[in-house]
Amino acid sequence: MPVEIDIDHVAKLARLQLTVEEQASLRTQLSLILEHAAKVGEVAAQDVPPTAYAIPRSNVLRPDVPEPSIPHEAAMQNAPEADQGRFKVVRIVETGS
Amino acid sequence: MAEWETVIGLECHVELSTQTKMFCGCRVGFGAQPNTDVCPVCLGHPGSLPVPNAEAIRRIVTIGLALDCTIAPHSLFHRKNYFYPDMPKNFQISQFDLPICLGGHLDVELPGGVTKRVGITRVHMEEDTGKTTHGSASGRIHDADSALIDYNRAGTPLVECVSEPDIRSPEEAGAYIRELRATLEALDVSDVRMEEGSLRCDANVSLRPAGTEPLGTKVEIKNMNSIRSLERALTYEMARQQKALENGEAIVQETRHWDEDAGATKSMRSKEEAFDYRYFPEPDIPPLDPDPAWVEDLRAALPELPRARRERYVRMFDLKPVVADVLVGDRVSSALFEETLALEADPRLAANWITQDLAGLRNKAGAEGPNLVTARHIADLVALVAADTISGQGAKQALEDAFVTGDAIAGIVERRGLTQVSDAGALGAIVDRVLSENSEVAEQFRGGKQEVIGFLVGQVMKGSGGSANPKLAQELLRERLNG
Amino acid sequence: MTELCDLTGAELAAKLRAGEITAVELAESSLRRLDAVDERLNAFLTRTPQVALERAAELDAYLSTGAPQSAVAGIPLALKDVLTTNGIRTTAGSKMLETYVPPYDCTAWTRLSGAGSVLIGKTNCDEFAMGSSNENSAYGPVHNPWDLNAVPGGSSGGSAAAVAAGEVVWSLGTDTGGSVRQPAALCGVVGLKPTYGLISRYGLIAFASSLDTVGTFTRSTRDAATLLSVLAGQDHRDATSLDTPVRDYTEGIDAGVAGMRVGVVGFGEGVQPDVAASVRAAVERLAALGADVGEVTLLHTDYGLSAYYLIAPSEASSNLARYDGVRFGYRAEGGTDVEDMMSRTRGAGFGPEVKRRIMLGTYSLSAGYYDAYYGQAQKVRTLIIRDYETAFAGYDVLVSPTSPTTAFKIGERSGDPMAMYLSDVFTIPANLAGVPAISIPSGFDSAGLPIGLQFTAPVLGESTLFRAAHALETDLGLDLRPPLLAGV
Repeated sequence: MPVEIDIDHVAKLARLQLTVEEQASLRTQLSLILEHAAKVGEVAAQDVPPTAYAIPRSNVLRPDVPEPSIPHEAAMQNAPEADQGRFKVVRIVETGS
Repeated sequence: MAEWETVIGLECHVELSTQTKMFCGCRVGFGAQPNTDVCPVCLGHPGSLPVPNAEAIRRIVTIGLALDCTIAPHSLFHRKNYFYPDMPKNFQISQFDLPICLGGHLDVELPGGVTKRVGITRVHMEEDTGKTTHGSASGRIHDADSALIDYNRAGTPLVECVSEPDIRSPEEAGAYIRELRATLEALDVSDVRMEEGSLRCDANVSLRPAGTEPLGTKVEIKNMNSIRSLERALTYEMARQQKALENGEAIVQETRHWDEDAGATKSMRSKEEAFDYRYFPEPDIPPLDPDPAWVEDLRAALPELPRARRERYVRMFDLKPVVADVLVGDRVSSALFEETLALEADPRLAANWITQDLAGLRNKAGAEGPNLVTARHIADLVALVAADTISGQGAKQALEDAFVTGDAIAGIVERRGLTQVSDAGALGAIVDRVLSENSEVAEQFRGGKQEVIGFLVGQVMKGSGGSANPKLAQELLRERLNG
Repeated sequence: MTELCDLTGAELAAKLRAGEITAVELAESSLRRLDAVDERLNAFLTRTPQVALERAAELDAYLSTGAPQSAVAGIPLALKDVLTTNGIRTTAGSKMLETYVPPYDCTAWTRLSGAGSVLIGKTNCDEFAMGSSNENSAYGPVHNPWDLNAVPGGSSGGSAAAVAAGEVVWSLGTDTGGSVRQPAALCGVVGLKPTYGLISRYGLIAFASSLDTVGTFTRSTRDAATLLSVLAGQDHRDATSLDTPVRDYTEGIDAGVAGMRVGVVGFGEGVQPDVAASVRAAVERLAALGADVGEVTLLHTDYGLSAYYLIAPSEASSNLARYDGVRFGYRAEGGTDVEDMMSRTRGAGFGPEVKRRIMLGTYSLSAGYYDAYYGQAQKVRTLIIRDYETAFAGYDVLVSPTSPTTAFKIGERSGDPMAMYLSDVFTIPANLAGVPAISIPSGFDSAGLPIGLQFTAPVLGESTLFRAAHALETDLGLDLRPPLLAGV
């Protein structure tokens, strides 16, 4: 069954500005891909636990010992825009998130 | 008109005072210059990976134990996905359905000796964001045309403690925060300073008709940076919701910002997708499965918690509950008191000096002020006053001096000549002078107005530079006035 | 002209040790070949001749003192451009990172560099390692040295082509769903995807964190074992890296397959007949060499592909959120507020395949869909792991085609994402289960294009993989010099 996707909503969630053409082709393609992907639902897996990690490990921690930070210049080197040692962006409009 | 019941739940964020950040070796709260305590990990550079700080995990388990939580035998980090420029990866490593600590409580002391149990839903581990400065003439976000971001704070270990909606008034909320703060101070895990942001609280507030069960629509309020502003914000929000409900308006589920200057909560523009965080298990960090024996070791090593300490002070030293409360509510006072006890000072007197005069001096000097007063100073003061060697007033002067110089009390008393003049001869001359200079007052006394004696004693004290023994001064005054 | 760098790493290390050649001569040989062919291949995005020659000269000076020499010292290497290199531009094949210069080295390069490896450059790849043809690079497709009109496979297409064409002796790629093994198969080289966590991922620009592995391209199985010996081992910067003892993986590589239990994975009709025939022939050779051959079925393989196309995009949608124009990389002009700036930046900075997967992943994780998609895919992942456990109870190693087809023409599948995704059907299950797998050349199709055969072993079974692959490789004795090199 084809999957209906609210492309506009998903694109907003993903912070992706899409052209009208991109929206149209994504609507078709994602629907097809998801139809195939939805096959995972055919597997009877009520009693199967989910796997998030390929190889089970636990409690991998780091001692609370300082390591050198990188030089300020290195931190700022790739900044698209900077001012007063800080990363500069256009105004932020507060949202409820 | 229906009576309304307020239902409040608090979400508190506590910055841990570990040496290093949650997921990298950069120092916490170290650099004064922006973007100097940063590395590929906390700047979210491509390819960098998080490795959790063992000490932060130890501390959150300790917090959980102090709040009587269950320490989960298996817990996971999740990614909370949303875009915000002060969050370097545009997701926050947090916890979702498997937090480290679950289901505890905090017993809160309310005025009138009532104890209230507030449930703790969960305590989980996450990371802090960077700091944004909004660039505009006014410095306010609304009319800013740009913003500057400093990531020094990004990745600081943050513990989120979520209460059950058990709180019923702004005063209870304030008491809860004070108790939580004292508990965290006793555990020595955080600076817990609300003004500096190392303790931050958001509140969920709703109203329901008194005596009913179902919860009303809740509103989240943010941006309270002191207990006082939390109480003010809650008071405002209760009134706002009550008015709306009584006008037949529906409460909108939203986030509101507390504006300290305006004294009001203000709605923040909210968006339909704002709350779809798309949580999923953080694939870069294996699960936490704490060894039960290790957890029991931490439980056994818990320090005395504020509630137990308060009870002990009242029971063992006969302190007034309000004095015990002040002592316990402040780590510095509490530690000093304990040390003073070890020097065998009188507990009640020591407690008074610490919670009144010394607290006053510390308040005036501010957090960064000197304060060179040690337990030795307090113990000596108490002993000298008890032995009548110095007067209360002289003792105050000695304390002020020690606060700044750190000199031994004996030395200060000597240097400033604070030894109480208990010699009737030496004091007699001052008494005579005071009586001749205040002959009208002396007449009033003789005329039966006995209470003016206090004024005259004060004059003698003043005349002696504070070194007179007030008891003796009064005796001498009465002798002469009655004679 | 045959160049020094057409030899294997093992051969060159011996010549260096014997003083027959110098590291500088070797680096020059590599750079000469690069100049001769890369205009046609487009395998490299950044060349580092200066760095390479200086390093080689230092190394010659060091070796002339008679100091001990590591097995990788002086051997020309290329790194896929998703592996960070301090001070050397790293693009991930994306416009988003066109000018990005990392402030740190990935651990894989740190280890190789420490052992004297010589970096020749950074190789082209599908944008953020998403693709199976290398056509998704923002810097143009890579051409297959065996047929310049064909794709090299992907996503590590540049690293595969560079080794096949002798531009370098070996290279590193990354493998999330087959991105090392599939291009290795299509380019006629050896491609290793080790056990998840055996090589640190620190500095590997993440695509899907729970599936990503660093892998190697070499012209022999022995060289793959040599590289792994340097690369493997726990890294305190990667919490998922495995706590395994450092060891020499070339040890026991010659032990042969006599008595080894080899399970042939059943494969259906989607496989190109030449490929199927080549794999069957190879299996007969393994039996002739004494292996105990049987048939095995991995029940949930078909579901594995579906699960992969939910899990990988979901993780990617989160991993790629950091490209927002704030701290590094591309920023679009004209944003009216920060949210608008981010959306424009991401809309213009990412290519179509990356956008497709971000959208797919965002949707799969979003409210109301998680359980049906991501949650269910994780359960399928458990079933895939159980399939392998069952299979490895009866077999030491599994055999299958690496890719259902040999190299296809550039442009042939680019309009059909689903057809492209199907080319990973044999490689994806190993990533889902975290088990190691290797692709080695097993023959040629009727057009003369190389065919790859895949061995899969249980977790940390790399030694078994190497033993089997080395035995077959030695027995087949294929001539793997692409026609491209006849003219240079």
